[in-house]
Amino acid sequence: MNAHVPVTSHASRIQRVISPGGIEAWLVEDYTVPLIALEFAMEGGASQDPQGRAGLANMLASVIDEGAGPYDSAAFHERLDEFAIELHFRADRDQFTGQLKTLTKHRAEAFDMLRLAINEPRFDTEPVERVRAQIVAGLRQEMNDPDSMAGRAFFATAFAGHPYANPVRGTLETMPTITRDDLVAMRQACFARDRLKIGVVGAIDAKTLGFALDETFGALPANAKLNAIPLIVPHGTGMRELIDLDIPQSSVRFGAPGLLRTDPDWVAAVVVNHVLGGGVFSSRLFREVREKRGLAYSVYSQLVPFNHAGLYIGGTSTKNERVKESLDIIGAEIASLAKDGPNEDELSTAKKYLIGSYALRFDTSTKLADQLVRLQVEELGMDYMDRRNGLVAAVTREDATRTAKRLFGEGQFLATIVGRPAGL
Amino acid sequence: MSSTASVPDAHHGPAITDFKLKNGMQVVVIPDRRTPVVTHMVWYKNGSADDPVGKSGIAHFLEHLMFKGTTKHPQGEFSNVVTELGGQENAFTSMDYTAYFQRVAKEHLGTMMEFEADRMTGLVLSDDVVNPERDVVLEERRMRTDTDPSAQLGEAVAASLFAHHPYGTPIIGWMHEIEGLNREDALNYYRRFYTPENAILIVAGDVEPDEVRALAEKTYGAIPARGEAPQRQRPQEPPIRAARLVSLADPKVEQPTLQRAWHAPSYTTAKPGEAEALELGMQILGAPSTGRLHRTLVMDKRVAVAAGAWYQSTAVDRSRLMIYAVPMPGITLDQLGRDVDAVIKAVAVEGVSDAELRRAKTRLIADAVYAQDSQSMLARMYGSALATGSSITDVQEWPHRVEAVTAEQVREAIRDWLGAPGAVTGYLLKEEAA
Repeated sequence: MNAHVPVTSHASRIQRVISPGGIEAWLVEDYTVPLIALEFAMEGGASQDPQGRAGLANMLASVIDEGAGPYDSAAFHERLDEFAIELHFRADRDQFTGQLKTLTKHRAEAFDMLRLAINEPRFDTEPVERVRAQIVAGLRQEMNDPDSMAGRAFFATAFAGHPYANPVRGTLETMPTITRDDLVAMRQACFARDRLKIGVVGAIDAKTLGFALDETFGALPANAKLNAIPLIVPHGTGMRELIDLDIPQSSVRFGAPGLLRTDPDWVAAVVVNHVLGGGVFSSRLFREVREKRGLAYSVYSQLVPFNHAGLYIGGTSTKNERVKESLDIIGAEIASLAKDGPNEDELSTAKKYLIGSYALRFDTSTKLADQLVRLQVEELGMDYMDRRNGLVAAVTREDATRTAKRLFGEGQFLATIVGRPAGL
Repeated sequence: MSSTASVPDAHHGPAITDFKLKNGMQVVVIPDRRTPVVTHMVWYKNGSADDPVGKSGIAHFLEHLMFKGTTKHPQGEFSNVVTELGGQENAFTSMDYTAYFQRVAKEHLGTMMEFEADRMTGLVLSDDVVNPERDVVLEERRMRTDTDPSAQLGEAVAASLFAHHPYGTPIIGWMHEIEGLNREDALNYYRRFYTPENAILIVAGDVEPDEVRALAEKTYGAIPARGEAPQRQRPQEPPIRAARLVSLADPKVEQPTLQRAWHAPSYTTAKPGEAEALELGMQILGAPSTGRLHRTLVMDKRVAVAAGAWYQSTAVDRSRLMIYAVPMPGITLDQLGRDVDAVIKAVAVEGVSDAELRRAKTRLIADAVYAQDSQSMLARMYGSALATGSSITDVQEWPHRVEAVTAEQVREAIRDWLGAPGAVTGYLLKEEAA
């Protein structure tokens, strides 16, 4: 190890573990608490759902721990409980993620349960039908929930004609059509070693982890068979879509094309978004919409770096009488940032926050394991945790102004509004 | 016979230090040296259940107003400093306590203490900041409740279960009373409860207890004592034998649900071992994939798509237990309610198996180990326990007490509390077009 690396360096704590079978994981060894946290991600996710089968990847994530190998659903869950093993899977639009947490003393059992779930899921009829009914009930519960409705409408319009338009959890129409064969086929196509990224934190050494990686992931096929997903620039900028619902307060989503994660201006965009609506108490939207005028409890904006699209999206909820006022203010702030960028004070405050708060992002084993996976997925390199604050510090007013223009263009955005707003 | 769970690690939790400042403020230091950050929290032992009659929502409203500045540090200064230091901050109000926290790099702990101590007594409020903030709270209520039939039913169930005790009033307050809250209400409430005797300081992170003591004495220690802590004067709930059904039908509901709530002792009011037994019993009944409700209603009888249980065990006064179930299409809520009762009765009469009890203990005790992975979770665990009348020893010895619970104690606890008369049942239904 380089003697000049300070002991506080994050990168110096990360070990690149290559198993005897050639599987890579990034490990931070830590024995403070007797536990091990592992996260893995495989590219794919809901954007791989076949036509008319929206919700398949999410359903796969929901049934994969409902029985595997010798254990039916009941026995599988009892065994997890027996050893207090936490095992969770989820699918988002771009990837399939698994999280394992175990007490050190149950390490062998925990890795074995993970191995069974991803290699030998049973997809028995009872759990498949039960999980389907649960997802359908959840979709019904959200059918008339204003915030969910605004989100669904936004994605349907912004990504019309693209897989990202489909709700990750499917619809009442698609969920009944998903078959066991669909689940089997998706697992075979997407679960593979070539798109697998693994992060591990806790009480385990590199050698032990290496063997565990081979046992857990070694039997997966070498290469995934993914459908190519086209790049898309979100549609609908300048549009307002109104959905009627009899409630006293309207839910609003707004957004427009953003930047890809690989964009050279990405870090500047994070700073600009922080100024607009990323900071909790310090953002322009918080100040103008909430603090000064009391228009809303919650107002935010965020950058969403999908693999195949850049997006910025925000939201708020305001009583029907004042929706127009809120939208006007949000529009004015976006337009002002597009025109002039953040001022010196805003820029400096945002940078200081982003730099100082970076360490809070990985103060638990689970969060650090997630961070290790993100670094690999985004191909940022093992030293990124040490480089990142320097990148933020280097963002100039010129960078921020240029990037704000690229992000917000003429200040136009797509807005989806659910409620009975007055005067729109 | 009692089951033996394998649980030794839980006792090797962090070495807690605690002491009192001369003005009566309690201080707790929880070491976590893995990253150079600290979680700094101040807990006040008052929550929505201490709102004066007719002023519901004042505890929560004041929590919002605490960000409006002091004589020494005008509005925005504290938050700006936290932001510039790269810290995170927020606050929350529960029925029994109100807490404020920041998470910052460890070298900024003293700065956080200076600001937080300053706003314990120095708050300045004008109508210019109070009035828009009241609108924010009204929007918060509209967002959380007035646009959501299920939240409206939840309020009605709580209001029925606690017919007299203020736990029946929503934390955020009733709309018409929030509308009437003003600057004077906020300041009166502030002067009554925001005192060193009523506050607990929790610092978790990469710090030495001596360093925390020195900083605390310099900042919080400079606040004059008020004499004694304010008394919580709450009307207690009478025994109500009548079972009640509250029902809400709304055209927006596409998925009916059933909930049933009972009174239950909290850790503060329970007989020794009783709350631990209830915690285990509720785990055995309600665990997500292995609980009796899931097994019986979802997997075996297939009358529900989901079912679970919830126990609010941390509270000053007698608290509550809740079971919920989501019916399969074609199953009425009446029928589902009878099936829920049968599951409870089976436990109350026949008890639980050794395997079930062992799994439940392993699960609960492992959660105590997992909590050690998060300094903010540890800080919250100790804060909520101390603010509701438990001691540090109570928290530390909790795994031992869970371990000691017998199957018979679990059976008795379920029989005594879920078998008691006076449950409140909530139906969420679709309102069909006339």
